[in-house]
Amino acid sequence: MTSQGGISGRRLLAYSVPIASVLAALVLGALMLIALDASPVEGVKAMFDGAFGSGKALTATLLKATPLLFVGVGITIAFRANVINIGGEGQMVMGALLSTIVALNMPDVPAAIMLPAVLIAGLIGGAIWGAIPGALKAYYGVNEILSTIMLNVVAVQFMNYLLRGPLIDPAEIERGTRIPQTERLPEAADLPFLFGSDRLHIGPLLAIAAAIAAYILLWRTPLGYRVRAVGQNTDASRYAGIPVKRTIVLALTMSGAMAGLAGAVLVFGSESHRMVTDGSTAGFTGSAGFNGIVAALFGALHPLWTIPASFLFGGLLVGGNALQRAVQVPAALILALNGLVVVFVVSTEGFRRRLLERQPAVVEEPAAEPEKEAPDPPDTGPPPAPDGGGS
Amino acid sequence: MLEMRGITKRFPGVLASDNVDFDVFPGEVHTLLGENGAGKSTLMKILYGLYEADEGEVRLHGEPLSIKNPTDAITHGIGMIHQHFMLVPPLTVAENVALGLKSSRGVLTDLDAVSERIVELGETYGLHVDPSAPIWQMAVGEQQRVEIIKALYREAKLLILDEPTAVLTPQEVDQLFVTLRQLKDDGCGLIFISHKLHEVLALSTRITVLRHGKVTGSVPVEGATRESLAQMMVGRAVKLAPDKTEAKPGNVALKIRGLRVARDRGGDGVRDLDLDVHAGEILGVAGVSGNGQMLLAEAIAGLRAPSAGSIEIAGTEVVGMTPKQVRTTGLAYVPEKRMKDGAIGDFTVSENILLIDHNDEHYLNHGLFDFGAIKKHSRQLVDEYTVKTPTLDTPARNLSGGNIQKMIIARELSGTPEVLVAAQPTRGVDIGAAEYIHTRLIKQRDEDTAILMISEDLDEVFGVSDRVAVMYEGQVMGIVDPRTATREEVGLMMAGVEQDETA
Repeated sequence: MTSQGGISGRRLLAYSVPIASVLAALVLGALMLIALDASPVEGVKAMFDGAFGSGKALTATLLKATPLLFVGVGITIAFRANVINIGGEGQMVMGALLSTIVALNMPDVPAAIMLPAVLIAGLIGGAIWGAIPGALKAYYGVNEILSTIMLNVVAVQFMNYLLRGPLIDPAEIERGTRIPQTERLPEAADLPFLFGSDRLHIGPLLAIAAAIAAYILLWRTPLGYRVRAVGQNTDASRYAGIPVKRTIVLALTMSGAMAGLAGAVLVFGSESHRMVTDGSTAGFTGSAGFNGIVAALFGALHPLWTIPASFLFGGLLVGGNALQRAVQVPAALILALNGLVVVFVVSTEGFRRRLLERQPAVVEEPAAEPEKEAPDPPDTGPPPAPDGGGS
Repeated sequence: MLEMRGITKRFPGVLASDNVDFDVFPGEVHTLLGENGAGKSTLMKILYGLYEADEGEVRLHGEPLSIKNPTDAITHGIGMIHQHFMLVPPLTVAENVALGLKSSRGVLTDLDAVSERIVELGETYGLHVDPSAPIWQMAVGEQQRVEIIKALYREAKLLILDEPTAVLTPQEVDQLFVTLRQLKDDGCGLIFISHKLHEVLALSTRITVLRHGKVTGSVPVEGATRESLAQMMVGRAVKLAPDKTEAKPGNVALKIRGLRVARDRGGDGVRDLDLDVHAGEILGVAGVSGNGQMLLAEAIAGLRAPSAGSIEIAGTEVVGMTPKQVRTTGLAYVPEKRMKDGAIGDFTVSENILLIDHNDEHYLNHGLFDFGAIKKHSRQLVDEYTVKTPTLDTPARNLSGGNIQKMIIARELSGTPEVLVAAQPTRGVDIGAAEYIHTRLIKQRDEDTAILMISEDLDEVFGVSDRVAVMYEGQVMGIVDPRTATREEVGLMMAGVEQDETA
């Protein structure tokens, strides 16, 4: 039997894997800087200062981290049901669109009604865009990775159509410029600022609340229990009477709802207070729908760990921009650096998981245990116990 | 002919084989007996070259031997009949036997010569098979004969038989034993691995018992009894036949009429089956695996839609209901594959106990889990059913098979069900836990639950049931009283002979 100390040692090692992989990616980034005749020391300093070095930097990081956290929390919920949601981008767009439509259609209500209304609309928009691949998977066996990616493409076209047509700012038509954007959305829908700041809005707080809510949902409610049970062992769940298909749909619906919230927060927390498209999803989402997946992986696919993970990853993105300005390297380098971080974090995920797998205390003779299937467990993440620590 | 001395094999955290001595003489059947995890398979895998021993020595015919892989083993005349056959289904018997061997004709096959030799071996040892028949068309018993022929064709003198009777009807077992005795008389050494005590006593010349990787005894068959062997396996006296009083059957709690259930691959696996199980009785369903027992169980539990017929639980028609709805009519279900269908390995013991009633308001407080109430409930069940677990928060996968099964049974019986369907309730479970589970089933019967127990283990069927139904190809061949029926009678019915014909 493995001693208790041995387990926690392994766990500690396991938790340090994502951090080590980010550092490794940064080292490679530094080598690229050297190759470009830029000083890596200066580069790292610029990055750190740009991300965490000042109030302004911290604000930028927090705002960058917000959609990552929403999406990442959604990823953790889907992951617990053993479903992979690559549709964060589309779900963000749909959440943003529905909340924009709601705001445009009730221009005169007070903020106390407007704010909850647009946030709920964002939630619903994303939820619908998650429920569709969820139902396709549960009832027709359609691979959710493919369907969520495809729905991203559908969502961006839908956004372009709406912002160029029905939702376009009438002023754009008058002027003949036809920039695909909405009019200035009602002020009642502007996300309130925190601490008298003129940039930092309540978005980060909402995202943290969402992470905590997801934690409570997953580990303290019957619905979350079902999600985890289905994710760990579909057969045993079915035998125990859990409605497996409905649970899968619900998990993807909730996952999409989180991304939808991210979309709404992006619109109503934006400086222009409009929804704008440049024709691509990334132009609106800043790729948060994908980067949120990395943040969730970085956070060991646990909603609470995803909070610091999103913050760090947001800092990396903001710091990358600062680096580019400070040492005058091509923008492509920053993209490459982000790509490296993603590749390193994702590819060491399996290693981290193996470290977390506990040694069985009882070794059965494999041949003598015909019913003992070798299960392929998805990672259990930090506290597997229902009353595990964390909050 | 074979000597294994001081064999030691360590796995992380476990001593799988602890200084084990084992030998085989020509012309004897040396049985290796022990519970799951006792080290039987480990020892045989070392002999067959699948594992390497950390310490110890293997000698064959007095020569020290180093076997690195199964090919070495085969070259040295060691053959192994695996529990799960190693045959290629689309190929014929001759092709399977020739597989991996050099042809006497170079690049061309010599299947006709192989076939001749197969027929020859078949005649010598009563292993009759058609060399040109493809494997997939053959019954399990026939496939096993092919496995034995394969080993003999490679001139094996030392045969390892890993639980060879697990998949056979009693008649097939008898037939196998005839062959094995003949091999023994011809001077082969046989290593027989089993945990079925009556078979061990019937076939062996010597018996070595392993427990926790150590030899606890090595005795000649003369003088050994089932009780003495069981005691060596478990380390304490065990009751092999559970005590039970006369059943007092009440009303019909589970009523099945005209049930047809389709197999996954098409065709009806259960055909026009009628069955009644009364409250307060245990109806054992005997049969060779794959004769529709599992389809029947899944249909009752709502996990598989029947194509025709009706199933009533406590007077309620359950065909067409979801598994959850069926459970609310009073069904409890202990599935055959406990790690796949009965428990969630990565969930804690506490969470596993919660699996069927996690929505119960007892465990909730304003919609959130009340972990105090949950702990209390699981603690009570774990204590009552003597589930051995370090803590309630231990993942179920770390428990032994017997304790996982006790945990599942505790969960399923905690709601005092009207009907319990228990599939292979003690398969792969250690004797102590099996003994406990049988006692529990009988206790539940006495509390007026109707129990349908599906089992391939005739000892269990005879020891625990009040009535025995025998299934063959999706139908009930007959229902017998276990107090008066004989194994032979049941065995014939398992092979498809109607009850009337056996009388």
